[in-house]
Amino acid sequence: MAQLFSARADLFLRLGLLALVVLPLTMAVSGFAYYRSSYYTGVGAYVQQPVPFSHRHHAGELGIDCRYCHTQVEKAAFAGLPPTETCMTCHSQIWTNAEMLAPIRASLATNTPIRWNRVHDLADYVYFDHSVHVTNGVGCSSCHGDVADMPLMAKAEPLTMGWCLDCHRDPAKNLRPESEIYNTAWEKPADQRRKGRALLAHYGIRKDHLTDCSVCHR
Amino acid sequence: MRQPSDSPPAPALVALLSGGQWPCARAARILALLLCAGLVSACNDMVEQPKLKPYSSAEAFDQNAEARAIPFGTVARDEPERIAALRTPPKVDAALLDRGRAQYEIYCTPCHGLAGRGDGIIVERGFPPPPSYMEPRLRAAPAEHFVDVITNGWGVMYSYAARVEPRDRWAIAAYIRALQLAGAGEMADAGGEAGR
Ligand code: HEC
Ligand code: HEC
Ligand code: HEC
Ligand code: HEC
Ligand code: HEC
Ligand code: HEC
Repeated sequence: MAQLFSARADLFLRLGLLALVVLPLTMAVSGFAYYRSSYYTGVGAYVQQPVPFSHRHHAGELGIDCRYCHTQVEKAAFAGLPPTETCMTCHSQIWTNAEMLAPIRASLATNTPIRWNRVHDLADYVYFDHSVHVTNGVGCSSCHGDVADMPLMAKAEPLTMGWCLDCHRDPAKNLRPESEIYNTAWEKPADQRRKGRALLAHYGIRKDHLTDCSVCHR
Repeated sequence: MRQPSDSPPAPALVALLSGGQWPCARAARILALLLCAGLVSACNDMVEQPKLKPYSSAEAFDQNAEARAIPFGTVARDEPERIAALRTPPKVDAALLDRGRAQYEIYCTPCHGLAGRGDGIIVERGFPPPPSYMEPRLRAAPAEHFVDVITNGWGVMYSYAARVEPRDRWAIAAYIRALQLAGAGEMADAGGEAGR
């Protein structure tokens, strides 16, 4: 009886089997790498805004406190984005003709809020609260990076579950005193371990429940 | 007990893969299966839930905004307490002065300066200079005047009522008094006289 398969077909069969093993593997690895990459998490990507608002200019060079604009950050879950009126407390008198600020003036004249494009946006099934962090020794820059040096806002951290948990498992390594919460250039002192433990007690943080699923998925 | 090596493939899979008479029917089924898997992972409804979070858009409402304008004449639940807090000056103590200092340095220093001399950084950049708190007229002004300026604004200065709570307005007023005392070089204990 003549051979059913040619030698070539045999080669294809082997290659096919090999591909069956290798392809899913590469897909899994590259998929994982993709979910970890900044393409997916958006770290470092600038977001275009209706007005090119510069934190470097306002929070950095002018030294305006974060709370001047993000009023709710100590009191509520949501940090709050400034309404047009907040910009106008200064821009009613300075840079009143600047082309860049035309949308702000139009917004005030027509009473239409400016729609800032979101830079950080957690999945809707995650519960997050600013006040609990900011009043318990976690500073803005631990999660948002050196905002006072950003010409346009970009995400500095991936905001994945692993990233949240990394701190929740051991918050002491990131805690700082009350006076440094809004200092976005804060750096950990050499003896952060020791200081962190003291701060953990100072703020009365009970870390045993912080990794419970129900803390963030309610 | 069955050896793992001769355990048959899952019955569903067998049915699926051997069901068709022709290879193309089989391929079609596999394709359909893959498509289903793709669809399941594509509709991740829980990431974008049909609920309104701050700053999400809502086509049903005015200006496509989730936050509704408060109807005219609405009275906030805590309105009576806020009005009471605005009318009754709190006792001036170290804690109130600390609070006043913190709030002053957030909302007022950009224009009025750390020491209250009207030389803040925004003034350096061209904002009309406010009067120094060391002026005799403002030294003589009662605490109510400062609370009133924060609440209603003054000249080119906007109102800060939306951002500074009534009690904090009194705290700032007390702190301004402390600045005035310090500015006059008086060694008086600021806490004692600041409530004047
Ligand atoms: C003069 C007002 C002002 C000050 C002061 C200010 N911000 Fe902002 N902030 C804004 C505006 C307006 C936006 C929205 C536009 C944008 O994203 O750049 C914003 C956006 C942000 C965002 C991103 C929000 C998003 O979409 O996810 C973060 C984070 C932030 N600010 C942090 C800070 C921190 C930290 C400070 C203090 C160091 C600060 N801001 C000071 C006005 C201000
Ligand atoms: C506390 C005062 C203050 C507030 C509040 C403020 N600004 Fe400014 N802004 C300034 C000053 C001062 C300058 C000009 C700085 C200079 O002269 O170098 C400026 C400059 C700008 C510029 C153009 C210059 C540049 O290089 O960025 C833009 C755009 C701008 N602001 C947008 C905004 C927006 C949007 C808001 C509201 C979210 C806002 N500002 C709130 C003080 C303020
Ligand atoms: C523990 C991490 C963490 C800290 C600390 C933190 N943020 Fe955020 N911030 C976030 C996350 C996460 C979001 C996205 C929230 C969402 O999508 O619901 C966010 C969003 C924001 C926004 C957009 C509006 C909002 O609330 O969603 C602003 C503005 C902001 N942060 C400012 C600040 C400022 C100012 C500070 C310091 C006082 C600060 N944040 C401290 C994690 C943090
Ligand atoms: C840099 C450290 C740090 C990061 C990053 C961080 N957290 Fe936290 N978080 C804390 C600390 C510390 C507390 C405890 C505060 C306390 O004891 O009240 C906390 C508390 C919380 C709470 C309240 C817990 C309670 O008692 O009910 C929630 C919710 C929460 N975090 C969500 C998040 C989410 C979601 C993220 C990621 C987007 C995140 N956190 C990232 C430090 C962090
Ligand atoms: C500190 C906060 C925090 C805690 C605690 C936490 N999660 Fe999460 N979880 C998150 C965040 C943030 C995300 C969103 C991640 C993203 O968007 O990439 C998430 C996403 C998820 C997802 C969806 C993953 C995906 O990619 O679709 C699942 C499932 C999940 N969490 C399960 C759990 C379980 C189970 C626990 C308890 C063992 C838990 N989480 C505890 C913050 C938390
Ligand atoms: C954007 C700049 C700016 C900020 C911020 C600001 N002010 Fe003023 N303030 C002014 C200017 C300008 C005047 C003078 C207004 C005029 O005479 O037209 C003024 C005037 C005043 C006066 C004097 C009123 C009088 O009788 O002459 C007081 C008191 C005052 N401000 C208090 C405050 C307090 C308290 C804060 C913080 C909550 C504050 N200001 C924040 C710019 C500012």
